[in-house]
Amino acid sequence: MQTSTSSEITLDVNGEEHALSVDHRTTLLDALRERLDLTGSKKGCDHGQCGACTVLVDGRRTVACLQFAVAAEGREITTVEGLAPEGGALHPVQQAFLDLDGYQCGYCTPGQICSAVAVIEEHAAGWPSAATDDVRPESGASSLTPEEIRERMSGNLCRCGAYVSIVEAVARAADERAADERGAAASTEEAAV
Amino acid sequence: MREFGYRRASDVAGAVALLDADPEARFLGGGTNLVDLMKTGVERPAQLVDVRALPLDGIEVSESGAARIGATVTNSDLAVHSEIRRRWPALAQAVLAGASGQLRNMATVGGNLLQRTRCGYFADVSGPCNKRVPGSGCPAVEGEHHNHAILDATDHCVSVHPSDMGVALAAFDAVVEYETAAGTGELPLADFYLPVGDTPHLETALPPGALITAVTLPPAPVAAHSRYRKVRERASYAFALGSLTAALEVREGTVADVRLAWGAVASRPWRARAAEEVLLGAPAAAATFAAAADAELAAARPLTHNAWKVTLLRNLTVAVLSELAADATGPAADRAAGPAAGPATGPAGGETR
Repeated sequence: MQTSTSSEITLDVNGEEHALSVDHRTTLLDALRERLDLTGSKKGCDHGQCGACTVLVDGRRTVACLQFAVAAEGREITTVEGLAPEGGALHPVQQAFLDLDGYQCGYCTPGQICSAVAVIEEHAAGWPSAATDDVRPESGASSLTPEEIRERMSGNLCRCGAYVSIVEAVARAADERAADERGAAASTEEAAV
Repeated sequence: MREFGYRRASDVAGAVALLDADPEARFLGGGTNLVDLMKTGVERPAQLVDVRALPLDGIEVSESGAARIGATVTNSDLAVHSEIRRRWPALAQAVLAGASGQLRNMATVGGNLLQRTRCGYFADVSGPCNKRVPGSGCPAVEGEHHNHAILDATDHCVSVHPSDMGVALAAFDAVVEYETAAGTGELPLADFYLPVGDTPHLETALPPGALITAVTLPPAPVAAHSRYRKVRERASYAFALGSLTAALEVREGTVADVRLAWGAVASRPWRARAAEEVLLGAPAAAATFAAAADAELAAARPLTHNAWKVTLLRNLTVAVLSELAADATGPAADRAAGPAAGPATGPAGGETR
């Protein structure tokens, strides 16, 4: 039986549909960079060890180098280019990295930022980490300490060693998100009164 | 990379039929290991059957405290599940100790069990490896093996199984459910991985073409008092040098129930049954914990450069069991159980660190 080794697929990237003909060997990372010109996602190790290619798939952070494009059909893919509207304000995580120098050469930065966006959501959703003392649900949510941030961000390597500023940037963006949520809750309460 | 066909399975019967029809096909789960091995040329499937859309992504925990974990549940979803965290905290900890957040979002439970060793010789297609090319030899026996097996290895292969999750599943008597074109079956995890012997390329007792559909855990009240501890060469995102799942129940100073399993010591997650035998009914004290570790490590046959693992596993066992004993009996018992029977040489003459 002759099996086809390529497919016509549609990729949903940053809210736009892209029709592509792909050799099945094409990774999602190569499809994004070489076919869709979305070169924000970087190829570091190409073996899932550095995190430079981190993108969100259905809202969850993943490495694009260990997925085949054909297997990503039907999923919502968000790259660093899609975090903030074009011409609008930066995503709060992007702004925090800029303000606090959360990078040096910048090569790992898109992956760091995509990962951090998801880390903040995961923590807000109550996900424990390997740095969480007690994972039992009764112990309540852990606070996003620098130790927690370092553990949760450990899938993103930075060869320049900008980790100190990266941790600060993630912490600030997480604090801002928490403050926004408190503000939203307060105004909902006011509206209810 | 070899060209390959791609099919997305929508039901289990269809998935196993596709694999049954093509011996060169492989199931694709999260792909975190398989895709990498395809890039390096270790795996050269003619076809991938994507199983992630199968309805195997649920976790059920019964009132009696048994769990059924679907094969395509991601590592993240397993580790965050509140009943898993409550009843088997060491399982959640083990999953969280593995890989990175990105990989845990992709990797599946079934795939985790079937991941391959990270031995450098296995990954290097330019050289020999009995696991990759049967009969070609094992360079690790005389070569780079500081993180290789100390238990149950043979001259044919000394690699270790890399899973953290599997160590907790081994401790908690997991059973693997599978399906083939001929029907369904199940294998206790204790029988799931084959001994190395002279056939290290034969890794599991799964029949050809089998798809893992679920992993089940029997009720185990002792598992609520459990812990996973992993030692590695950096603080995070690295494979284990040695790891341990321990669960301990203490009544009136005596070990009433216990589970113990080790990781990164053998070709499979290592259930420490000899140690458990020593522990059960014995005083919950550091001396007992050390004797239990020694009983298990009596079978250790370290290589030239990994004898330190014997010491590591002994100390790790004493330390974690002591912590669990202290938790079980309150802070006052902390001093009774500890301090851990510190720097010690293993029974096989492991170097102290």
